[in-house]
Amino acid sequence: MRADFAALVLACLAALFAACLLGSTPMEIERVLGALLGRGDPGDQLVVVHIRLPRAITAFAVGAALGASGAALQGLLRNPLAEPGVLGVSAMASLGATGALYYGLAALSAWVMPAAAIVGAITGTALIAFAALRTASVVTLILIGVGLSSFAGAAMNLMMNLAPNPFSLADMINWMLGSVANRSFLDLGFSAPFLAVGLGVLFATRRGLSALTLGEEAASGVGLNLRRQRLSIVLGAGLATGGAVALAGVIGFVGIVAPHIIRPMVNHDPARSLLPSALLAGLILVLADIGVRLMPTVTELKLGVVAALIGAPAFVWIAMQRRSVHD
Amino acid sequence: MDRQRPARGLHARDLTVTAGEATLVRDATFRLQPGELTALLGPNGAGKTSLLRGAIGLTPRASGWAGIDGEDIARMPPRRRARQLAYLPQNRPLAWPSPVRDVVALGRFAHGAALGRLRGADRRAVERALAACDLERLAERSTATLSGGELARVHCARAFAAEAPLLIADEPVAELDPYHQFTVMNLIRDFVNRGGGALAVLHDVVLARRYADRFIWMKDGRIVADGTPAETLSAARLGEIYGVRGRVEGERVEIEGPL
Repeated sequence: MRADFAALVLACLAALFAACLLGSTPMEIERVLGALLGRGDPGDQLVVVHIRLPRAITAFAVGAALGASGAALQGLLRNPLAEPGVLGVSAMASLGATGALYYGLAALSAWVMPAAAIVGAITGTALIAFAALRTASVVTLILIGVGLSSFAGAAMNLMMNLAPNPFSLADMINWMLGSVANRSFLDLGFSAPFLAVGLGVLFATRRGLSALTLGEEAASGVGLNLRRQRLSIVLGAGLATGGAVALAGVIGFVGIVAPHIIRPMVNHDPARSLLPSALLAGLILVLADIGVRLMPTVTELKLGVVAALIGAPAFVWIAMQRRSVHD
Repeated sequence: MDRQRPARGLHARDLTVTAGEATLVRDATFRLQPGELTALLGPNGAGKTSLLRGAIGLTPRASGWAGIDGEDIARMPPRRRARQLAYLPQNRPLAWPSPVRDVVALGRFAHGAALGRLRGADRRAVERALAACDLERLAERSTATLSGGELARVHCARAFAAEAPLLIADEPVAELDPYHQFTVMNLIRDFVNRGGGALAVLHDVVLARRYADRFIWMKDGRIVADGTPAETLSAARLGEIYGVRGRVEGERVEIEGPL
C-alpha cells in the first residue's frame, strides 16, 4: 500500500510536469525546467509559469477537492454513488457562481465568486445531509440530488435567458460547462483558502467515517458524535466543492470514479481512501486537461464536458454493479 | 443515591422516553451491574430498544435520569461513554465489505484507534477479541463473504474489543440457528464471568432461562417485573407478557401455544 501511494504521488508530479511540457508550443524538457526554476527565456517563462503551470495546478486542486469530497460523502452516506455532482452540490455551487455573475456582484470583489459558489455548495450539502437524517435510503438522497440539479439548472437557464449581454452569457456558459483554461495563480489564490480549510476539515474528521461503516447507531455506540461528524462533512465537502466550482465550474463524476478505484486498495475504509482519492482525482483531471489541450479540435473542448463523457458511463456501470440487496 | 460512592454500572431511574406524542417508555428504573447477565424480555413493541437507547443516551430522555457509575449519561462525551459501555444494536448493517479485523478494530474507536495503524493496547485488545470469538482464521476475510453465524461473532468481537466493563446487546441471537445462538450466548456468558456486566434483549425464554442471572420484563413501555428468573418467571407471567400458554417447572420452561 505504501508503495502504491508513493507511485501515486510520483504520477501526480509527473503529470503536472507533463502539463507544463505539452501544448501548442512545443518545448524541450530543459527549457521547461529552466522556466520553472526562474531562468531562461521570458517567453518560455510566460508560457510555462504563467499559463501552463497555474492551469495544471488548478486542474489538480479541483480534482483533489472533488475526489476528497466524493470519498467523504460516500463514507458519510455509506454509498459508493454519492458525489458532489450526483447529489446536486456542484450544480448548487454553480448556481451561486452564475448568480453572482448575473447580478454583476462578481465585479465587486474577487472573493464574491468563491463565496457565492460556497454558499450554494453548503446549501446543497446541508439539504442532502438533512434529508439523510430522515431517510436511510440513498436512492432518495440521489433523487433529491436530481431535484437540486434540475432546480439549479432551471434557475441558471432562466438567468441565461435574461442575460443582459452576450459577454455575461459566455461567462455563465463557461461556468456551467466546467473548464480550467486561462486560470492564473491569482484565481487559484482566491479559492485556495476555502479548498484548504475544506480539505483540512475532511481529513481531520476522517476517522469518524470509518466508524460509520457500522451504520449510524453502532457508530454512535462506539463513541462517534454523529451530529458533529455530519456537520464537519457537510462543511468540509461544501467548502471544497464550492471552492472547486468557483475555480472551474461544474466538473462531474471524478468524485465517484477516483474513490471507486481506490477503495479496494485500502480495505474499503473511507478514512484511508480520502487522501489517495484526492490525489487520483487530481491526477485524472490533470491528464484529462492535457488531453483537452492536445486534441486537434477547432475550439478547445471543455474539461467538464470531457469529464462527464468519461465519468457518466462509469457512474452507470458502478450503479449497475451494485447488488439490489443494499437498498 | 450515595454521593460519595455512586453505584457501579448503568443505572436508570424513572426514565421516560417519548417520540412526538407517543410515550415509548414510562418511568423505567433498572440497574446493570458488573458480574451479572440480565435478560430484557417483552413482546415486540414493548419499548425494549427505546429503553436501552434512552438509558445509554442515544435518544434524549423526556424525564428521569440515567448514568454510568453515578455520572449523568447525557453529559458524558460519547467517547467516554463508549469506553464504559459497548452497545450492539439490533440492526447491524455493514456499509462496506471490510475485512473482519477492521470491523473488530472499530470497537476501539473510543480509544482513538485508526484502522490500519493499530498499536499497543488497541492491537492487543483486537487480537484478544478475535481469539475470544474464534475469528483468528477469518481475520483477513471480507465481511461480505461471511455467513450469518460468522457475522454475529464478528459483531460480538467488535463489542468485546472495546474492553468496556458493560455490554448491551439488542437481540444478539436474532436470525441465528440454535447452534450459533448458543455460541453467541456463551460468548456473552464468558464476558460476564470475566467480570463484565451484560444486558441482552432476548425473545427466547428458554435460552434466557438457561443463561441469565436476572430477568427484566417489559410490556407497553413499562418495566413490570425485575428479579431472578426463579422469582419472576411463571406461567402467569408468560401469559401476561406474551399472551402465551406455558409451563414452568423449576428450570424447565415450555411454551405450548397462544392463550
